[in-house]
Amino acid sequence: MKVTFAHMGNLYITVRALLEDLGAEVVVPPMPSKRTLSIGSRHSPEFACLPLKVNIGNYIEAMELGADTIAMAGGVGPCRFGLYGEVQKEILTALGYKFEMIIVEPPQGRLRHVLQQVGRLVGRNPVGRYVRAARLAWAKMTAVDELERLAQAARPFEGHRGAATAALASALELVDDAGSPARVKRALEEGREVLRAAREPGGGNSDPPRIGIVGEVYVVLEPFVNCEVERRLGEMGVLVERSIYIGDWVREHLLKDVLRLRKGRRPYELAKPYLCHFVGGHGVETVGSTVEYARQRFDGVIQLAPFTCMPEIVAQDVLPAVSRDLGIPVMTLVFDEHSSDAGVITRLEAFVDMVERSRRRRASRG
Amino acid sequence: MGEVVGIPRALLYYHYYPMWKVFFESLGQTVVTSGPTTRAVVDAGIKVTVDEACLPVKVFHGHVLALAGKCDYVFIPRLVSVERRAFICPKFMGLPDMIRCNCRDIPRIIDSCINLSRTTREYMRAVYSTGRMFTGSALRILASHNRARTALARYTRHIEGGLTPDEAMAVMGMAPSFDEPAHGTVAAASSSGGGPAAAMGAGRVVVGLVGHPYIIYDPFVSMNVLRRLREMGVTVVTSDMLPAAVTEREAARFPKRVFWTLGRRLLGAGFHFLRSGAVHGCLHMRAFACGPESLIGEVLERECARRRDVPFATITVDEHTGEAGILTRLEAFVDVIARRRKP
Repeated sequence: MKVTFAHMGNLYITVRALLEDLGAEVVVPPMPSKRTLSIGSRHSPEFACLPLKVNIGNYIEAMELGADTIAMAGGVGPCRFGLYGEVQKEILTALGYKFEMIIVEPPQGRLRHVLQQVGRLVGRNPVGRYVRAARLAWAKMTAVDELERLAQAARPFEGHRGAATAALASALELVDDAGSPARVKRALEEGREVLRAAREPGGGNSDPPRIGIVGEVYVVLEPFVNCEVERRLGEMGVLVERSIYIGDWVREHLLKDVLRLRKGRRPYELAKPYLCHFVGGHGVETVGSTVEYARQRFDGVIQLAPFTCMPEIVAQDVLPAVSRDLGIPVMTLVFDEHSSDAGVITRLEAFVDMVERSRRRRASRG
Repeated sequence: MGEVVGIPRALLYYHYYPMWKVFFESLGQTVVTSGPTTRAVVDAGIKVTVDEACLPVKVFHGHVLALAGKCDYVFIPRLVSVERRAFICPKFMGLPDMIRCNCRDIPRIIDSCINLSRTTREYMRAVYSTGRMFTGSALRILASHNRARTALARYTRHIEGGLTPDEAMAVMGMAPSFDEPAHGTVAAASSSGGGPAAAMGAGRVVVGLVGHPYIIYDPFVSMNVLRRLREMGVTVVTSDMLPAAVTEREAARFPKRVFWTLGRRLLGAGFHFLRSGAVHGCLHMRAFACGPESLIGEVLERECARRRDVPFATITVDEHTGEAGILTRLEAFVDVIARRRKP
């Protein structure tokens, strides 16, 4: 049994560590490319949202490498993601692929079913082994988050263009290779060092504009589908922060659900004047984080969403009111299989120009 | 001395208008609706919404704007869920917020939060707090709610008997006043003639129409699909005319329970039309970029491709749709059916 799963940014580092430590043989799909996207969109429903299409491409490319089992998460709505697994299974079966799909549904308070599904993936294991695998995966996940944050902080000040991104890639590789939490720690320390070295003392603007990235989790986290918005902004000299990191997402959406803890209410509180009810996906978080960035006096917010994403459309619909009330520029970028780098770059440059002009205006007014 | 409550003629108006009307009228209020959808209504909606929103949501915005100045309140419930463990669509959950952020100078919004996904307590609390805006008597609110539920039950029976919402409301004597009278002959034919089964026996073409009520029953949005088909001599059965028991049973063929109430109904209806032999063709009409329908439609298409015995067509509408294009496709679809039926 060779297990594969869909890509979402650097999530593969964590998932691979988890599954391999539990004894599964893992095939990580090739990083998403134009080929992935074109295979995926050829076989997917036209109006399905982008993640479904890229997932299909990932699965097919992984099966070409010998994978025969697909691990996928489920959901209970109202976002379409909850039905992805079943629809993807139909698509791949009709294409003649032989595989098993294991869909892990959210526990909704009952853990037994989840454990059964995980058991199907990795076979029987003593409890201690689960604990060990979880610790390793957790260490890698937090390390990846920290390295991504450091790279965002380093880009506007990097010595030469691409230095921070290259440093991030080598640091991530160290983390990916580490086989124990202690080694992850060492890899992280090394990674910190490499990223620090990428910054040039006195390089860049000493007071760069700050832009927050909000939106749907998949397009925010997957650089391939968002045309590398984060890197491009950083290289334009912008300090970027995003509202979602994988670690936060796992904490909020998986752990607190399993442990039945009260979820963080802050985005909901902040979003209340504009959007006062859960709308699925990350709709409320998008609005709440935009308010949060406005309060922290960020210079602008960019919302990323897949074309036809329902929760993000609700958010997008109310964001102009947030922008008007709190005086923060907001731009929405919608992605599908037709998005191109050039179009995105033009819009980013225009947005950054606008942000910088309004900063100068504010500064001259004193 | 009641006040005037406006109900936009869009989205779930087609499912719940009789209930909402009876509820507010029993509380002593006057109920008005916006007029039929027109180009002007759609344009007004498009102007205030983001491009990405679906046509039905844009149309809804237009209807709310059309009610400005005509009522004291506009009723925009937040329809989170109308049954256990299922939702309608994320856009319904944020609808009052979208209206508030986009529409200026509109009457006060009544945004009762209807959420039956977990308990009925939450729902009754919403009913009560809505009623409290107009009366202090809990008893009166309860009585109004009961009357409203009775009206809804009667309305649903009419729909399942083969009437369209307009026809059912006309039969119940609650059609909005400025409407042209519903097509009496058709209504009489389908309610007295025994419905689609009889039509099939009589050698008429029967088409199953799968689509959200706010698309297929809105003559402007659907480009008059119902009337067009009927003019071609086709008997139309819509997804809403099937008893819930049938759509539930059929939808259960999909390995996972679909968590959208309307989506599950459409899927069940589609499966029924494709598998039962009760119709000659199945037509799916959807809005451009509708989230639930992007997946439901895919599943139905694949079912059709597997079975290959009932013709299936999908028509996608948006604000740019032209009537001529739709008409051509409808005619072609009916021709395909007619040709297949020839021995």
